Amino acid sequence: MTMPFYSSVDQLLRDRSELARKGISRGRSVVVLTYSGGVLFVAENRGRALRKVSEIYDRIGFAAVGRYNEFETLRNAGIRMADVRGYSYDRRDVTGRMLANFYAQVLGSAFVDQPKPYEVELCLAAVGGDSDSDELYRVTYDGSITDEPQFVVMGGTTEPISAKLKETYRAGLDLPAAVAVAVEGLQSGMPNGTPAADRLLGVSALEVAVLDRSRPRRTFRRIEGAALRELLPEENRSVDAPASSGVAGGDDVPAGGGAGDGDQPRS
Amino acid sequence: MEFGSPVTPAGIGAYLAPGPSSFTDFVTANAPHLLPGRTGDAGRPPAAAPGPRGGGHTLDVPHGTTIVALTFSGGVVIAGDRRATSGNVIAQRDIEKVFITDSHSAVGIAGSAGIAIQMVRLFSVELEHYEKLEGVPLSLDGKSNKLASMVQQNLGAAMQGFVVVPLFVGYDTEKEPAQAGRIVTYDATGGRYDEWLGYHSVGSGSVFAKSSLKKLHDPSADLAATVRTAVEALYDAADDDTATGGPDLVRRIFPVVVSITGDDGAVRRSDEEIEAVVREVVTGRTERPGG
Repeated sequence: MTMPFYSSVDQLLRDRSELARKGISRGRSVVVLTYSGGVLFVAENRGRALRKVSEIYDRIGFAAVGRYNEFETLRNAGIRMADVRGYSYDRRDVTGRMLANFYAQVLGSAFVDQPKPYEVELCLAAVGGDSDSDELYRVTYDGSITDEPQFVVMGGTTEPISAKLKETYRAGLDLPAAVAVAVEGLQSGMPNGTPAADRLLGVSALEVAVLDRSRPRRTFRRIEGAALRELLPEENRSVDAPASSGVAGGDDVPAGGGAGDGDQPRS
Repeated sequence: MEFGSPVTPAGIGAYLAPGPSSFTDFVTANAPHLLPGRTGDAGRPPAAAPGPRGGGHTLDVPHGTTIVALTFSGGVVIAGDRRATSGNVIAQRDIEKVFITDSHSAVGIAGSAGIAIQMVRLFSVELEHYEKLEGVPLSLDGKSNKLASMVQQNLGAAMQGFVVVPLFVGYDTEKEPAQAGRIVTYDATGGRYDEWLGYHSVGSGSVFAKSSLKKLHDPSADLAATVRTAVEALYDAADDDTATGGPDLVRRIFPVVVSITGDDGAVRRSDEEIEAVVREVVTGRTERPGG
């Protein structure tokens, strides 16, 4: 590709940041937080098939927002890397820090080298032997990596959700309390003007999983259906929007916002 | 062979490229030196290694001996003795030859212990890798076919005497509990055989174990009775085969028994539970050595 006009590096990076940020904020949000028994992932996801939360290894889980095909590639890469590493050495030698660094390298180099940066934001969580050794890493589109002590909010409009979680989150919550905190957080992120009936998230609108410290080897476990309903706050249990309500699963929109008309938030 | 070959694939790109859902295929393409029986060049087994039957001298490696598997009303049970032999020597008294490979399957191994254990390790990673990438586990037949291809890969080594004969058991979650327990056997060429009679045994003591199972196996029995039958069959194998280890009450070494049911999945029965069963069997045999 030829570069006919000079554009400053600064401007180039700003354009790329803007593209990535726009792509990420279009989707629905994901909350990851630590609770007394491990790590909890709660995503607003109307589909059953396209997942935002996944198992990577025995004690490591992954959550992502943004373009589905891109974070699916990254998820597969993480699973491959973890399995190759665990197979060549030992299962204990696969750590959350190693994978978080891997993702930071991939996103960071794509941000400057590739024609288009990844429009994704990731959270890599690792559950430890006790609640002090749980790890949450946030990796953003440009490869920045941060180690979050309590919770991570990604995708969609994050500010109201983060603000809400700052108020309600406490260390050492049990699982139902942690689910309530996360779901209430997600509900506070709905755009103004959402009808009151749609503000409550029921079983069919949530994707919930945990890294359960007490499980022996593979700690990742999805919580679905009746088991999830029991964990939800009282008022959310009866909410069950039918899958036929016309809302597509997944958050994907055409690349580049479908030639300019994709600037409206989708949810 | 290059000893300096890297342990991980060459670059990050290999992980990110679109690729197979199979761990073995991925490793074959990107890091073949990690696979069992490969030395880094084009997947050939080491050609110069003289086997016990080929070369002028023998290479004494540990061999695993007897594994039994039998179905029951709620699923399937697999059990193995704890002895590995090398010629006339007991190489290890407490080797484990039955492995849980995923939530609803297990493999027992007979033959060259080293190669077999590597094979099972790779097989377990393969199943988990597929399940994580695809979001659903392989079907029971998918798992057993995959294992067949891994046995076939070992044919070169098998020709030199390092034969591996796995015994695969699994619970088919798509079937009724009474029909869900499945046993699949293999030969050294990768041949795969369903055992619809509901019991089978592999290894040097298998002739005696199978005779025992033929008389004792009851497909409609419950779990406790089935575990007892498995331990009886291993006792019979150890009784007549020198390479099979009997229960060692002195050192408290007992058979490894794994049950697979619909509700609990694959579970290794605790040593306490097996010890109780073994003591009952031994007491019974003290009164009537023929069982």
